[in-house]
Amino acid sequence: MAVLKRPLIYLVLIVCSIFFLMPVYVMLVTSIKPIEEVSLDGMWSLPSTIDFTSYREAFGKLAPNFLNSVYLVVPATILSALLGAMNGYVLSKWRFKGSETLFTFMLFGMFIPYQSILIPLIQFLRDIGLYNTIPGLILVHVVYGIPITTLTFRNFYASIPDEMIESAKIDGAGFIKIFRHIMLPLSVSGFVVVGIWQFTNIWNEFLFAVTITQSDKQPIMVALQNLSGSQIVQWNVQMAGALLAALPTLFVYILLGKYFVRGLLAGSVKG
Amino acid sequence: MEPVKELQPKKFVPIHAKRRKKLSADQWLAVLFLSPSIVCIAVFVYGFIGWTGYVSLSNWNTIIPDFSSAGLKNYLFLFKDFRFQADLRNTLFFTVFFIGLVIVMGLGLGILLDQKLVRGESLFRNIFFFPMALSFVVTGVVWQWILNPSTGINLFLKPFGIQPKWYTDTTIYGGFQWGKIEFGLPVAIIAVVIAAVWQMTGFALAMYLAGLRGIPDEIRDAARIDGCSEFQLYRKVIIPLLKPITVSVMIMMAHISLKIFDLIYAMTGPGANFVTDVPGVFMFETTFRGNYYANGAAIAIIMLLTVAVFIIPYLRHSRRGEP
Repeated sequence: MAVLKRPLIYLVLIVCSIFFLMPVYVMLVTSIKPIEEVSLDGMWSLPSTIDFTSYREAFGKLAPNFLNSVYLVVPATILSALLGAMNGYVLSKWRFKGSETLFTFMLFGMFIPYQSILIPLIQFLRDIGLYNTIPGLILVHVVYGIPITTLTFRNFYASIPDEMIESAKIDGAGFIKIFRHIMLPLSVSGFVVVGIWQFTNIWNEFLFAVTITQSDKQPIMVALQNLSGSQIVQWNVQMAGALLAALPTLFVYILLGKYFVRGLLAGSVKG
Repeated sequence: MEPVKELQPKKFVPIHAKRRKKLSADQWLAVLFLSPSIVCIAVFVYGFIGWTGYVSLSNWNTIIPDFSSAGLKNYLFLFKDFRFQADLRNTLFFTVFFIGLVIVMGLGLGILLDQKLVRGESLFRNIFFFPMALSFVVTGVVWQWILNPSTGINLFLKPFGIQPKWYTDTTIYGGFQWGKIEFGLPVAIIAVVIAAVWQMTGFALAMYLAGLRGIPDEIRDAARIDGCSEFQLYRKVIIPLLKPITVSVMIMMAHISLKIFDLIYAMTGPGANFVTDVPGVFMFETTFRGNYYANGAAIAIIMLLTVAVFIIPYLRHSRRGEP
């Protein structure tokens, strides 16, 4: 039994790995094929030579949107992480009557289908002149990021012992001082977890992006969707585009995957 | 919700009653810290939901806003609409298959990786996790090609003489007339389920692995000493212990599947006869392409209600008994 078990486990794991890596193979192989080798029948065949033309074309089409995404994701991630840290600090170390209920009401915002706030949101952004702007999208992502970043920091700060806060208080430190000199210096990995999580989510987000921005203001994912929706664009260019669009989050995942998974576990409301 | 009102300073519970005065000032700061977020959530979540609800009861079905009351007209229209009925059917089957497969794959792979026999465990783990770092749009674009009936997987299936039509299949399996639609399993939805499972299995796996690590070896040893076979150990001991995780995974996947939009929009669109349409896609198209704002708002409210049915009990449950 045990002799059979190990090869069997490997077999299942390898078959599953093939399933999981198949799209990567298709993306990579197709994107480096010269155009004359891109055919429906030859999807799985390797290219005879490596040709980066499709990357050049995809980059030419997507570069402005790629930059839009960068301008969106960097400030939005930083701001929502800061807001999350502030909220998490209060909700873990300075609870007051009703703060737990408040927190539950906040958390609900994490699960709503954003379709249910989209019509007023767009109206509101138009009214304040932020419709079809990157700052408008930043605002949206910061606001709807509040529940998840607050939750993650609250759980993170819960692991910092209360005695530390108490003794700082006895030493005369106040609310702000404790935050700046005790909590923030201990928050580095909290910021990494929340930062990666928000970076990934905002970079990959589509619904807000496609409804709030148009043409030259659109982030990368909308541009990628447009690229694949148009009939004239070659399939190899689509694959190169998909890979370019996926590169930043994949890169972060490869470098800091451990923190990514921690963020993921934090999001399931246990605390 | 008017949270700000209840934050009177005298109601605070000071950590040490002796230092009430000083803490009071700090507590005010704490509330000040929290207040931007409270206001944002109150307006952008609860206020806007209320506003959407209001729009859904109005006659605003053109470009020009019209807030005259329509009663439940928009909802009644939807429930009689072929497309929306198809959406509800598709969502039901998508949700069931998606959650089921994610749990089976996540738990299965979790148990396999948890065996001490496996070398290269972290490599496998990374292979199963990485799709979660991708956008549903990327997933949709790639799987659209892999499951394209004239290429992709079907090239491998050719020798066996099987050529599924994947997401272009308009068959409703086991269908019978129900309202305006044929109720049954829309075969095309399977293709979308495969792509979604590919993307989200890592989530379930990560949760189950964390859970399995948390089960002390003593429990396994005790069960083995009591004569449990490995199979029984998992069936009778481990899987029941993992039940809270299974519930969490189910809730997380349910809310993703009930509001899914980007994957389907990028991969297939509504499909012929709306076989791969879902409320998220319908809401987007009818509101932002067709200017039927009130109808779109009604769809959004129905989506919110279906999610709330799962999420509110879950939040109440998991937030109870917290420190």
